[in-house]
Amino acid sequence: MRREREYKIAQKTSVFRLLKDKMAGSVMFTFTAVSVLLLILIGMGLVIKSLPILQEKSLWELLFTSKWKPMRGDFGFLPFIMGTLWVTVIAIVWTLPVSLFTAIFLTENSRAWVKKVVFPALDILAGLPSVVYGVWGILVVVPWISDSLAPHFVEYSTGYTTLTAGIVLGIMILPLMISLFVELFSSVPRDLREASLSLGATRWQTTKYVLLKKTFPGIVASVTLAVSRAMGETIAVLMVCGNIVQMPTSLFDGCYPLPALLANNYGEMLSLPLYESALMLSALILFVVVFVFNIASRLILRKIERTLV
Amino acid sequence: MKIKFVEEKIMKGMMLVTTLLVFLFVGSILFTIIKNGWPALSWEMITSLPGGGFYIGKEGGLLNAIVGSLYVVGASTVLGLIVSIPVVFYLNVYLRRSSRFASLARLAFDVLFGIPSIVYGAFAFTIMIYFGLKTSLAGGIIVITLLIIPIFIRSMDEIARELPQDMLHASYSLGATRYETIKVVVRQIAPGIATATLLSIGRAIGDAAAVMFTAGYTDSIPVSLSQPAATLPLAVFFQLSSPIPEVQERAYAAALILTIIVLILSILGRIITNRFSKNKIQ
Amino acid sequence: MNLPFLSKKIKWYMAEWNETELKKGFFRPDQKFRMDNAKRSNMVVDKLNVTIQGNHILKDVSVEIPDRKITCIIGPSGCGKSTLLKSLNRLLDTNEEVKITGQVIVDGEELYSPGVEITHIRRKMGLLSQRPCPLPMSIYDNIAYGCRIHGLRNRKKLNMIVRHYLQAVGLWEEVKDRLHTPAARMSIGQQQRLCLARGLAVEPQFILADEATSALDPISSKTIEDLFLKLREEYAIVLVTHTLRQALRIADYVIFMYMGEIVEAGPAEQIFKHPQKELTQKYLAGVFS
Repeated sequence: MRREREYKIAQKTSVFRLLKDKMAGSVMFTFTAVSVLLLILIGMGLVIKSLPILQEKSLWELLFTSKWKPMRGDFGFLPFIMGTLWVTVIAIVWTLPVSLFTAIFLTENSRAWVKKVVFPALDILAGLPSVVYGVWGILVVVPWISDSLAPHFVEYSTGYTTLTAGIVLGIMILPLMISLFVELFSSVPRDLREASLSLGATRWQTTKYVLLKKTFPGIVASVTLAVSRAMGETIAVLMVCGNIVQMPTSLFDGCYPLPALLANNYGEMLSLPLYESALMLSALILFVVVFVFNIASRLILRKIERTLV
Repeated sequence: MKIKFVEEKIMKGMMLVTTLLVFLFVGSILFTIIKNGWPALSWEMITSLPGGGFYIGKEGGLLNAIVGSLYVVGASTVLGLIVSIPVVFYLNVYLRRSSRFASLARLAFDVLFGIPSIVYGAFAFTIMIYFGLKTSLAGGIIVITLLIIPIFIRSMDEIARELPQDMLHASYSLGATRYETIKVVVRQIAPGIATATLLSIGRAIGDAAAVMFTAGYTDSIPVSLSQPAATLPLAVFFQLSSPIPEVQERAYAAALILTIIVLILSILGRIITNRFSKNKIQ
Repeated sequence: MNLPFLSKKIKWYMAEWNETELKKGFFRPDQKFRMDNAKRSNMVVDKLNVTIQGNHILKDVSVEIPDRKITCIIGPSGCGKSTLLKSLNRLLDTNEEVKITGQVIVDGEELYSPGVEITHIRRKMGLLSQRPCPLPMSIYDNIAYGCRIHGLRNRKKLNMIVRHYLQAVGLWEEVKDRLHTPAARMSIGQQQRLCLARGLAVEPQFILADEATSALDPISSKTIEDLFLKLREEYAIVLVTHTLRQALRIADYVIFMYMGEIVEAGPAEQIFKHPQKELTQKYLAGVFS
């Protein structure tokens, strides 16, 4: 009897413990809800801030004219949008094959030690701050373009060009693309490949007809994700793109992407309300593009994950 | 020889070339930063504040930026952990696997993760203006916290989703409430928390666009939250735009410091994922 | 040992853990498993229906679980054995969308009536899963975890409980020198016994085991079976098994399920020797499995 009393543990769950459970639950829910609401809050904030200019001018005029004279009230975003597009497209065009081949090499062909060497290298690439990429771009890519590459095509180039920005940006999104592709390819069941190999296909044929075909929507989604990441990259691009308000007509023209516009001018021109509003509109454009691209690609990737596994 | 074998050879060659290319990039970046940063890096650079005429190439160091970065990153990492651990726990333990809210929240965090830091910066700056705040350490900490919360949540959630259901059941069947199970969950995902922290620190310390408007820049070490703070990436950025070579060299030195920090974090991450998981149940 | 800076109390705890104390042993074979006095317990399942994602898994299951007996649930795979077991301590609706009607009544409390607080009822039922699942902490903390949750903080008592139940499952001699090493480093058979000890430490009345020996080697599985045979003196044991031989060896009471329904339930003797239904006869004869 004495023993029983000594070791007896509270028989009923104490009210306090249950209360704690419930309280913790609602606190955690609040945290979660607030962090989710942050997304809506950012969107709302940007919309409210860019309303003044949207009321003044039509969206068409803002997005598709190229006259940028803030002091005179001309806000044509086209040069910036084109700058962003050019830089992003260049980056994607050259990194897509590179990252595809590397990812295929890592998942299909390589031995364990190759992964042990490549993944840390990718980790480093992914972890380097964008200013470091900017510094590298200025020290290596800019001189290379102005001294070696550009003279073959144009008379003179400073080296601070759309192409430079595209190259630097490409290297920055390379680790993201490779890791997305590696994840995608690893989700394809081994049986599928073995089925193809046992029919006498070579490894590359298996890759081409089974892997790439099977994961094509996933590749598109991954690229979309990488595009949205690339569009928002600011500092590194800003440092090498030349920052010239013009529509780039060749790879060796300078350009002026949207994030660079924001970073260069924000905080200085607050005396002009319409200018501030215009800058917020550029942030809103970025936000909307990233939002749409992200949701689309994430939904596709999720669906693939569900069907493949 | 059949055409398919030729194709195989070519493609294999391409794969090798692209993989080597990745190494070439890593090597080139590290080599360039070290080559240019090393001569400019000195003890003075790390331990002293910018003196008078620092920006025309006179005496001084980068201590303001180093300390400022540490303040911002330290505080926001702690804040980020405080917010994101409960969120991850809620998503994985309180909510069911098939919960609509959980899947919506995960999507939202994915999108938040993808939003460029410049947009965070612009948004935070408008909020600060709305509340009448000036560029300050507090502003920098808040915006970096917002920036890294999605990183925290996403990377921890990835580990937490693989939490064995049996383990939760074991804890419940002993009569534990869901809240009390947090002890089990945190221990199980400890390596995940550690790597997520390192990842977030790496991202936080390297981000320039978000702190540009919010934390500002100053030559002194901030002593209160309402003072502006310098950060390393901005030190690189501003000094590089100077036409004076000595000042530019300091930018390289600052870039080297940043790179070293990131490399250390990356190595630590590797070690932790290998060693930290002693309590983890496979 | 003279450590003046330690309080008397702490010194006492340290003495509790010194070598000679440890070697004295604590649990004698003739001793009972429980540290408290056992109560009579009673569990009734009444018209239980379970639907998981549109699949009707359990159909009108009604059964009474006898106390102080080993109840084996047998049946072909996918017949709802594990679902029935998990619905007994309401672990089903923790992670999936399930629709449940009917009742499980444990000591007069209904598990599935709305607003019922489940944690103290779950505590009455120790769970042993298919693969041993130690918690990610040390061996000592694994056993102390449940007690700590229920408010026992006294270090001395915790030490006693840990030792008692480790001895009860025959693990003490094997692990007494590494109580504070992670449980994950034990062998799988040891882990399963640890899980059993962990469950016993919160003083349950039922033990629910879901194919608890299927992941183990024959020797460890024998150890667990022997433990069950001893434990039935003091607990009601519900065991899901897909090996008929195991049921033959240890069952006192058998529930045969097929396609989510209970075909036949009764004392082992009766079911194995004189099965009433044709399905049961066929299953026992090995026509299907």
